[in-house]
Amino acid sequence: MASLGVWRHLVGARIRADWQYRTSFFLFLLSQTAVACMDLAVVASIFSQVDSLAGWSGAEVALLFGLSGVPFGLADLTISQVESASRHIKAGTFDLFLLRPVPALLHLSASEFALRRAGRVLQPAVVLVIALVVAPIDWSVETVALLLVTLVSGTLIFGSVWVVTSSIAFWTVESQEVANAFTYGGSLATSYPIDLFATWMRRLLTFLVPLAFVAYFPAARMLGRDQPLGLPSSVAWATPFVAIASVLAARAVWALAVRHHRSTGS
Amino acid sequence: MADEPIIDVAGLAKTFSVLRKAGRVRRRREDVVAVAGIDLQIERGAMVGYIGPNGAGKSTTIKMLTGILVPSSGRVRVDGLEPSRDRAELAKRIGVVFGQRSQLWWDLPLRDSFDLLRHVYRVPAARHAANLARYAEGLDLGPLLDVPVRQLSLGQRMRGELTAALLHDPPILLLDEPTIGLDVVSKEAVREFLVGLNEEQGTTVLLTTHDLTDVERLCERLLIIDHGTLIEDSTVAGITARYGTERTLVVDLAEPGPPLQVNGARVTRVEGPRQWLRFRRDDVSAAELLTRVTAQVDVRDLSVEEPDIETIVRAIYAR
Repeated sequence: MASLGVWRHLVGARIRADWQYRTSFFLFLLSQTAVACMDLAVVASIFSQVDSLAGWSGAEVALLFGLSGVPFGLADLTISQVESASRHIKAGTFDLFLLRPVPALLHLSASEFALRRAGRVLQPAVVLVIALVVAPIDWSVETVALLLVTLVSGTLIFGSVWVVTSSIAFWTVESQEVANAFTYGGSLATSYPIDLFATWMRRLLTFLVPLAFVAYFPAARMLGRDQPLGLPSSVAWATPFVAIASVLAARAVWALAVRHHRSTGS
Repeated sequence: MADEPIIDVAGLAKTFSVLRKAGRVRRRREDVVAVAGIDLQIERGAMVGYIGPNGAGKSTTIKMLTGILVPSSGRVRVDGLEPSRDRAELAKRIGVVFGQRSQLWWDLPLRDSFDLLRHVYRVPAARHAANLARYAEGLDLGPLLDVPVRQLSLGQRMRGELTAALLHDPPILLLDEPTIGLDVVSKEAVREFLVGLNEEQGTTVLLTTHDLTDVERLCERLLIIDHGTLIEDSTVAGITARYGTERTLVVDLAEPGPPLQVNGARVTRVEGPRQWLRFRRDDVSAAELLTRVTAQVDVRDLSVEEPDIETIVRAIYAR
């Protein structure tokens, strides 16, 4: 909890510093929103040609889109800054985070916080709200609980993927491309029904990089649909456990990476 | 506890494994030894200079002392802690200044950086205010507190960095090139401040530097590292006595003449009526040499130059 206080102060400082470059801030916010809307436009244009995608209607895919987009946006806002570890390692400034009595990951993500990324949350949040209204969801107390748990878990899973892929920088220094393939690529993959993909890809998204848990399994249960790969409907409730496992794995990988840190230059 | 060395290092080594080009595509894994077994004890309250050529292992040692780097082998204790394991706890007890890397928030006023550090280090507000007042006065920062860091000169920023490193009252201060790039006045201000800090608060200071004036002005003890090994560890005076055996007698003659021929000394430079005679203190005393010179020519003025630490260190590296 005390760490949270430090985080708040560091983030506040970053926002105040960025505020001195207001024009840049608003331009970026605008471009972020435009990029997010483009993703949506792609889905919309697909549905202008077909009625359903792998048996999923437009409203159902919108639910997937929202369930994937909101956690992705939240992870992007709060933890994706870990990507900058690569830049800091190269410049030798990562050392400074290690000299502070707060966790380096918290310090790094707070110091590199970018409020302008909030645009990445707003747009899918709007889509999610619309989808929740129009999609054929069997509403119950369980559905509401599943929705909330899924959003939190999804954020943790995306965040973990970010931390793990960014940790590669400690061995290779250059890692942003790999990280982006999993994070941005993963976000795109989770926005569609995984029935669209080949079986190996479905298995990859379920078991290796557990992104199917972020949106697909919970959405399928909320909509009363069959799960893929012969999995039971209740697999949706595995999501929070997958999230906890992801966080623990990410923590271990990050700790290993920091111990491996070689600190360039003098 | 008080008698135990605050920095205690035994057999400390760090080896990096790097990929070297071997042929067009192939890379060969190669071990590079940065630090090759260092033994070192530093007492509480000491001010120690740590010098060596570039790539000798200075920074690698400092980074292992702070826990940034995990040693390949050997034992490190800093204020009773093992740096790589207790890094966060140790961070509260050390202050670090890297001359080339700022730990201040570039776009914010100096005061904001200090305030953030107060939260990061959990310094009680009253103590923070007292420390800030003291350092702002000692380093003459008062008028700069509300200036964004990016607008400060290098010398002003360095004074800010020192304050930032000290606000949490660390008993140990590690300085990596604290005077690099500073003008003479700023350098002197930083040195005076460090001497005062050490005297008043007993802060243990370990500094790496290329500027040997820093060492002469600040340190009693000098460590010299080369190729990852400590090649010297003694007092500055001891090193001067051991290696600085060559002194120079500078004489101003009544009128210009050819280089003097004197027993026990050789002329190294002539500039008009002024001549430089180098001699070894073991061979002849300055007084005796002067007698020999005045037996030959009239001397108007004279001075004796002791070897400076810079010359000595260059001689040690060259061995």
